[in-house]
Amino acid sequence: MSEFSHLDELEAEAIYIIREVAAECEKPVMLYSIGKDSSVMLHLAMKAFYPEKPPFPFLHVNTTWKFREMIEFRDETAKKLGIEMLEYINQDGVSRGINPFEHGSAYTDIMKTQALKQALNKYGFTAAFGGGRRDEEKSRAKERIFSFRNSAHAWDPKNQRPEMWKLYNTKINKGESIRVFPISNWTEKDIWQYIKREKIDIVPLYFAAPRPVVVRDGNIIMVDDDRFPLREGETPEIKSVRFRTLGCYPLTGGIESTATTLDEIIDETLSAVSSERTSRVIDNEAAGSMERRKREGYF
Amino acid sequence: MKGLLKFITCGSVDDGKSTLIGHILYDSKLLYTDQEKALELDSKVGSRSGKIDYSLLLDGLMAEREQGITIDVAYRYFTTDHRSFIVADTPGHEEYTRNMAVGASFADLAVILVDASQGVLVQTRRHARICRLMGIRHFVFAVNKMDLVGYGEDVFNKIKVQIAELAQTHSLSNIQVIPLSATEGDNVTIKSKNIAWYQGPALLEYLENVDTSSSALEKGFYMPVQRVSRPDRTFRGFQGQIESGTIRVGDVIKSLPSYEKASVKSILYTNRNVEEAHAGEPVTITLDREVDVSRGCVLARDASIGSYKKIKASLLWMDDEPLSLGKDYLVKIGTKIIPGTLTKIDYAIDVNTGAHLETESISKNGIAVCELVFAEAIVVDLFEKHKTLGELILIDIVTHATAACGVVEGLYEKQLQSNEKAAFVQGERHGRGEIFEEFFYDTATLSVVKQQPVKQHYTVGDEIPTTGESYHYPDDFDIIILRDSTAVKVRGKRIAKITDVGEYLYDGFPVINGRGFEIKVNSDEDVSRLLREYAEAGEIGREEFFKKWTVFDTYRKVVIK
Repeated sequence: MSEFSHLDELEAEAIYIIREVAAECEKPVMLYSIGKDSSVMLHLAMKAFYPEKPPFPFLHVNTTWKFREMIEFRDETAKKLGIEMLEYINQDGVSRGINPFEHGSAYTDIMKTQALKQALNKYGFTAAFGGGRRDEEKSRAKERIFSFRNSAHAWDPKNQRPEMWKLYNTKINKGESIRVFPISNWTEKDIWQYIKREKIDIVPLYFAAPRPVVVRDGNIIMVDDDRFPLREGETPEIKSVRFRTLGCYPLTGGIESTATTLDEIIDETLSAVSSERTSRVIDNEAAGSMERRKREGYF
Repeated sequence: MKGLLKFITCGSVDDGKSTLIGHILYDSKLLYTDQEKALELDSKVGSRSGKIDYSLLLDGLMAEREQGITIDVAYRYFTTDHRSFIVADTPGHEEYTRNMAVGASFADLAVILVDASQGVLVQTRRHARICRLMGIRHFVFAVNKMDLVGYGEDVFNKIKVQIAELAQTHSLSNIQVIPLSATEGDNVTIKSKNIAWYQGPALLEYLENVDTSSSALEKGFYMPVQRVSRPDRTFRGFQGQIESGTIRVGDVIKSLPSYEKASVKSILYTNRNVEEAHAGEPVTITLDREVDVSRGCVLARDASIGSYKKIKASLLWMDDEPLSLGKDYLVKIGTKIIPGTLTKIDYAIDVNTGAHLETESISKNGIAVCELVFAEAIVVDLFEKHKTLGELILIDIVTHATAACGVVEGLYEKQLQSNEKAAFVQGERHGRGEIFEEFFYDTATLSVVKQQPVKQHYTVGDEIPTTGESYHYPDDFDIIILRDSTAVKVRGKRIAKITDVGEYLYDGFPVINGRGFEIKVNSDEDVSRLLREYAEAGEIGREEFFKKWTVFDTYRKVVIK
C-alpha cells in the first residue's frame, strides 16, 4: 500500500465536495476559466464521477479578450472529454465596445462580473463551482468552501455560514446561490505537482515560448491580435515568456522564462519571489480590492 | 515527508496568535517578496509605528484590519522541507466562539496561546473546551511573551502546572508545552538561546514531527454513501469516501439501515480499478446483488454501527435565533439529511467554567447537552466511536442558516434488523424479550396464539412497557432469561442492570423467567439451585423443571379474542 500523500488528501477532499454538490444542489454548474486551476478542477470532476461523466455542465464566461490559444484549448478539451461546455458573452458590453484599454475597472465589472451574474441568472444555476484558492489573496483566505450569495450575487464576509467538519449546508432560499471552491485548500505548488502527477493537459501559454510582447508599466503584455492598440514608440518584440496565470491577454502580465517543461515550471514556482496574482493587473489597485469586488458579485 | 498537518491557533485578543503565525511564515522565508512588501507598506500605513506587524499577514478582511482583531477564520498554507501545513487562525473572543469552532472542526491539532505574564485564564479553558468538543486530540500550549517575564523558568513551570491541571479536567491527551516569544522569534522556528533551560523542541520543529494519525483509528470499515452512480443499466456504483478501515473485492458488507448483505464486486479509487481501498480514499463500490442503497445509507463491515431514532448530543449554538424546544430542524449527519426535533435540554455548559446549568433556552455561542428525536431512525454513532457518524449540524428550516453543530454522546431507540426480535441489550450481552409476548385465545380457531411483541431493543436506563393486554408485571422485578444466560433488573419500570446470570444477586424483588412466568425463588441459594437444575435437566427434563419452578398466572393471563 502506497502512502496517502498530502496531494491524495487534497484530491479526496475536493472530490468529496464535488460529489456533495452534485448530490444535493438542484442545478450546479462548473465555472471553467481555461486556466490551470480550472484544468485541475475539471480533472477532479472527471475522476469524481467516473465512469459517469460529470452530471453538470461547464460554463466559460468569455470577455472576448482571452488569449486565442485559450479558446482553442477550451474547445478541444470539451470535445475530447465529451462534456457540455457553455459559453456566455455579455453582448450588451460587446455592442457598447467595452474593452480593457479604455474602460479599466468598468471593463472587469461589465465583461466579467456582470456577465457572470447574467449567465447564472439565464440558466438558473443554483450552485457554481469556482477554482478559487485561499492562498491566492487575503480575503479568499477567509472565505468558506461553500460561499453564499444573495439574490444580487453579493458576498457578505461578516455573515458567513459556519462550516463544520465536512457537513456542508447546501440549503438555499429562492434567488440565492452558492459558490463552491473545491480546491480552496490547494496552494500553487500543489496545483503544479498535481498537474504533473496526473499528466493534466494545460494551455501551452504556461510554457515558455518566443512570443510577441510589449513592456508596459513594468508588465510584459503579449500582443495576441491586431486589436491591441500600440502606444507611440511601442513595437512588439519577440521574447521567451510564459504566464503564471491566464485571463484577458491585455491584463495578463507574463514573465521572462525559458521553462518549457513542467519540472522547470515547478522549479521556477518554488523559487519565485512574487506571488502569482501580481501578474494580474487588477489586483494591485488597492488593499482590499478583491474583497470589494467579491462583495459586488465578482466570483 | 509526513502527511499534511492541519492545525488551529487559539488565543485571546492580545495573545499574539496572528503574530506567531506571521512570524513562522516570515522566518521560514515562506513569503513572496510582494507579500513582504505589502506587509511593510501596510505596517506604515496603519497606526502601528512602522515596525513590521506580522499579524497583518493574517487579518485579511477589511473590517478586521480597521478594528485590529481577527473575527473570522483565516486559512494559511506553508510547506517546510519536512511537511505541508494548513493553519486555521481563529478569533479568540467569546463572541466569536462559533468561528473558533469552525477552525477546530477542521484541525488535527490545536496550538493554544497562553500569555506568560498572565498564565492560564478563563479563555484558555474555553479554547481547550471547544477544541476538545470538536474532536481535537493533540494540543500544544504555546506559553507566549516569555520576553516580558525575563525568560524566567519558574514562571514557565508554574504555568505548566496550571496546564497539567487543565489537561486533566478536560481529559486532553498528547500535550506539549513550549515557552516562546512570537514577537522576538524565540522558540518559534528555531530554538532560542534566551530559553536555554528548555530542553524540548521549538514550535515549528514539534509541528513538523508530530504524528496525529494513530489517534484516529476506528473500528471496522464504514462509508456513508454520497451518491448512487448509474451511467447506464449495467452499472450501479455507490460513491463516497471511506471513513475507516479497508475494503477488498469479495468482502461481504452490510448496507445500513436495511442490514442487507452483499459482496463487493468491484472498487474504483477515483477512475482506477483496485483490489482494495483504505480510509480517506474516495471510491465507487459496486455490489454483486441488488440491495437497497441510496444517499444517506452507510456501507459497513465489522463496524458495529446501528440506526437510532433518538440521540443525546452536545450542541454548540451558532444562530442569532436562540434554540427553542419543540422546534423542527433539518439534521445533517454523514450524508443524511432528516427532520428532527429538539425535545429536551438536559443542561447547558458554562463555556468558561464547565459548570452545568439548568436552562430552557440557549443562545448564540452557548453549549448544551440536548435530546434530539429524528423523524425516523437513521444511521448514527457516538462521536468517540465513529467520528463522522457522530458529527451533526442543525439547519434552520426557514432561513437555512446552520443553527448549531454538535457531537453525539448517547444513542436511544435502536431500530432493529428486520429479522431481530425484542430484546434486552447491553454491549455484547443480549437477552430475548419474550416477556412482552401477548397470549390470546382465538375463538375462531379455538386455540391459544402468541403475538410477537414490538421489535425493540431495551438497554439500561430505558423504560419498559410493564403492562400489556395479557401481562402485568410489577414496577420492580428481576428477569432471569435462562436460555440466554442473562439477568435483567427492573426498578421503577426502568432497566437498572443487565448482566450474566452468573453475576446475578437476589435482592428480594419478584423474579420472572424469559417468558414472563413467575420463578419461585426467595434467596441466592434458591437461584443457585434453579440454575443448577436447569443445567442438569437437559431437553427431556424441562417439563418437570418448569412445573417445579414456575407459575404462569401470577403476572400473565390468556385474553379471549
